Amino acid sequence: MKLIFERSTPGLSCEVLPPCDVEPYELKPEQRRGQELRLPEVTEGEISRHYTQLESQTFGVNSGYYPLGSCTMKYNPKINDEIAGLPGFSDIHPLQPAHTVQGCLEALHLAERLFCEITGMDNMTFQPAAGAHGELAGLIMIKKYHDSRQDEKRNKIIVPDTAHGTNPASATMAGFTSVSISSGSDGLVDLEALKAAAGEDTAGLMLTNPNTLGLFEKNIVEIAEIVHKAGGLLYYDGANLNPVMGIVRPGDTGFDIVHLNLHKTFSTPHGGGGPGAGPVGCKAFLSKFLPVPRVEEKDGKFYFASDYEDTMGSMKAFYGNFLIVLRALTYTLTLGRKGIPEAAKSAVLNANYMMKSLEDLFQVAFPGRCMHEFVLTAEPLKKKTGVSALDIAKSLLDHEMHPPTVYFPQIVHEALMIEPTDTESKQSIDEAVKVYRQLYEKACTDPEALHQAPVKTAVRRLDEVTAARKPILRYNFD
Amino acid sequence: MKVDKDIKYSKTHEWVKFLDDTTALIGLTDYAQEQLGDLVFINMPAEGDEVSCDTPFGDIESVKAVSDINSPVDGIVAEVNEEIAENPENINSDPYGSWIIKVSNITEICDLMDADSYERFCQEEA
Amino acid sequence: MGSYIPNSKAEQERMLDFLGLASLDDLYDEIPDKVKLKDGLNIPEGKSELEVRRRMETLAGKNTVFHTIFRGAGAYRHYIPAIVKAVASKEKFITAYTPYQPEISQGVLQSIFEFQTMICELTGMDVANASVYDGATACAEAISMCVDRKRDVVYVSATVHPDYLRTVKTYCYAAGRKLVVVPEKDGVTDIAFLKENLDEKSAAFLMQQPNFYGIIEDAETYFGVAREAGAKSIMCINPFYGAIGRTPRECGADIAVGEGQPLGISLGFGGPYLGFMACVQEMTRKLPGRIVGQTTDLEGKRAFVLTLQAREQHIRREKASSNICSNQGLCALTAACYMSTMGPSGIKEVANQCLSKAHYAAKLISSVPGYELVFDAEFFHEFVTKCPVSVNKLMAKLERQGILGGYPLGGPYEGCILWCFTEMNTKEEIDQLVAILKEGIQE
Repeated sequence: MKLIFERSTPGLSCEVLPPCDVEPYELKPEQRRGQELRLPEVTEGEISRHYTQLESQTFGVNSGYYPLGSCTMKYNPKINDEIAGLPGFSDIHPLQPAHTVQGCLEALHLAERLFCEITGMDNMTFQPAAGAHGELAGLIMIKKYHDSRQDEKRNKIIVPDTAHGTNPASATMAGFTSVSISSGSDGLVDLEALKAAAGEDTAGLMLTNPNTLGLFEKNIVEIAEIVHKAGGLLYYDGANLNPVMGIVRPGDTGFDIVHLNLHKTFSTPHGGGGPGAGPVGCKAFLSKFLPVPRVEEKDGKFYFASDYEDTMGSMKAFYGNFLIVLRALTYTLTLGRKGIPEAAKSAVLNANYMMKSLEDLFQVAFPGRCMHEFVLTAEPLKKKTGVSALDIAKSLLDHEMHPPTVYFPQIVHEALMIEPTDTESKQSIDEAVKVYRQLYEKACTDPEALHQAPVKTAVRRLDEVTAARKPILRYNFD
Repeated sequence: MKVDKDIKYSKTHEWVKFLDDTTALIGLTDYAQEQLGDLVFINMPAEGDEVSCDTPFGDIESVKAVSDINSPVDGIVAEVNEEIAENPENINSDPYGSWIIKVSNITEICDLMDADSYERFCQEEA
Repeated sequence: MGSYIPNSKAEQERMLDFLGLASLDDLYDEIPDKVKLKDGLNIPEGKSELEVRRRMETLAGKNTVFHTIFRGAGAYRHYIPAIVKAVASKEKFITAYTPYQPEISQGVLQSIFEFQTMICELTGMDVANASVYDGATACAEAISMCVDRKRDVVYVSATVHPDYLRTVKTYCYAAGRKLVVVPEKDGVTDIAFLKENLDEKSAAFLMQQPNFYGIIEDAETYFGVAREAGAKSIMCINPFYGAIGRTPRECGADIAVGEGQPLGISLGFGGPYLGFMACVQEMTRKLPGRIVGQTTDLEGKRAFVLTLQAREQHIRREKASSNICSNQGLCALTAACYMSTMGPSGIKEVANQCLSKAHYAAKLISSVPGYELVFDAEFFHEFVTKCPVSVNKLMAKLERQGILGGYPLGGPYEGCILWCFTEMNTKEEIDQLVAILKEGIQE
């Protein structure tokens, strides 16, 4: 497919603007740009065709089954996008006076109330733009908290070995050392290992519950006790809230700080990588550390407040990915008090149903009841046939299905991490199971076919080694 | 996997070849390159940096993995192998001919293995 | 109540039967009762689509959409061509995940590669990433790229956007990094302070072009000072200024960052926006976030793929220099489509119209008694004037006519106004504004 630069013809353009209606002004010669500006010169029709072709080589949530573990690729309702596109939201300048943005402020205030109730927190900021950004915000609050108590030796964050890579990376950005604790044979936090790791240098524990193996940390109350007793705080990574929303609230199980991934649990789209939103909620004793500005209400009027002496500061300009928050708010109002737990149950039912449909062929890494996702290991298959998790993933592409997450969590060899989500039907799961079974059989009879896959896609497997050794990261005009 | 009989090995899969009592070349073993796969990049230390036993002085990347390179000795980086920095894939094709850094002023040598023990060590690890 | 569950009760029961469970609640039988929510969530019952729409439309109706905006200060209203909106609404672009499976994601990957190229062109730099959250976090991430064991003190000019400064301070607090704010003098960075303070401990100097007050600063001189001290130079740039003004590369910057919102992204009450980052070749592997590279497939066909991934958190974990995972992908695609639509001449035209209209307005406004320009310096499309009357009252008066006036400044410039003009403001609008200023306020 041509690059937009290869479609360019000198002199062509889209006529968008009227001529300038005031006297032209020019920069002083020494302030002017000397470098040529080589942007595409194309007509609107050409642009339209270009992006239509790019879209045809893109796999969206509605292109097919999309059980990407830990990513919660659920259906993105259309009403959410329409609401975010209302001019009364999309055309509002962030620095308008408060009395002209009462609707935006009320929306943020309402979202704060709803998501606090769902998580069991007391206050929430919508400033963080993504899950990892939320993690960093939460960890800085933990740092502020310990600093405020002159408890300065607390420089360690405990992270289970099944955690998302963002957890230890966030800990480092927040100036902490992360201490990895290994999981027990049941795939859960090993309480003895936790006890050994927790101490007077513990700033906190980051935990995803259910964890990335799809298992609910049923000892969560004991875990919380150990960490709190050591003087640390509990951070809830909300990446996997979907299967327990409306069933268990992180705040009721001992967590002090929570981030949500609105682009996972609350149905906002992933945008080919973003934007998401990673609001952070906390218990009341930590609220004073939240980023500013915060939305507040007095006598029915909403306003921004920034005069918090102990605030951690700001995570970005303005108030976060507001239009994403609106989408999540629309979703939450639509589902409501009963719909939220029903969606959670649907996610858990789908995952268990699919796991049981496959467990006679693929080994389940940690058998038992799973929550939103489960992890299979293709290791026995690989030993038997040479077909790896990657081969299975690539073969699924030829069946117009998105592969599961592979090779994560790292503690499971040849991992296939499958999360069907709540918006998948029994019918589509049955069809997927059929394909997974076919691939298993094919692996046993004709492994080479799987090594070669995919063959029907726009491009075949790529040379990623050369891409990394001799990077070409931009178009070469010469 | 291949081993070279004339050099010493660390538990973290580096090899050390002594040029004299206080100078040595350090590289990655055949076992290490096999585990990592196609190597694409090395983060090198600077000449003059101090290195010390069992402490990373750099790291090496394949497409989907990264691994620390630990020093098997205490000393000073006398030279980094620019050719390997440019072409880390040479470690894949010739691990024992591809030294990464040369260390001088060696004052301490960590617990190292000879070729036979290293071979046994790798078999156990696998 | 709305629901997106595609299984009927009967189907769910069949699935439960298959699992040997009696009810949906049994799915949670391994979770201790003591942690389960007893009486359900205390939030409203779910609503139909029409009811939710009405509720949200009511909220939207409580906001004022100004037909004329003379306010910027980090968020700029520009014209968004219809084709850009159409492309950004394509369903697969909206709903796709990060393109970790390149064989079925060439569309998204190629769009990012094109975006990276355009950001390089705009800034004059060698390499760009696939975006970060916004201009403020781009500044913070750029600083992290420069810090090492030997150099760990960072300098940021006081003339950058206050939200950016606050964000950078927060990130520095987190990492335990020393940050020095270079004071402002007459609306620009105090060069004498820079000269006196930069030394062998200095990691980087960051400035904004044009700065928060709209002024075009002498970046080249500052960066010369930084280079002499061995520190990196970071330029946070308005993309339209970059199209006609000296590029970060021409000024000697090592890293260029900025807020890409002006490039076809709606105001949206502050987000989602688009942080862009570009740097010189030598710093490629220090760039955070996703980067797309060109390669070939096994049949030799050109293809694109996420590359240099070993820099990133999912591989490097605690050793990663940034934790960024989700970025602003769809906004980057939007900006690339915008830049393609406008083309080099269109982008420059927008920039020149901004520049010309701001100077036309500045001349007229500053001729109204009491509205003198605060700074005697060249500016791009924003400038600061004094205000002889109560700023609040003036703003209220403008508001009654559907106009969002300039941004009321605080701190040392309390009582002054930061005005902004773009191609969206017609001569008539500007003349009308000046007429209103001339009328004065009934105190």
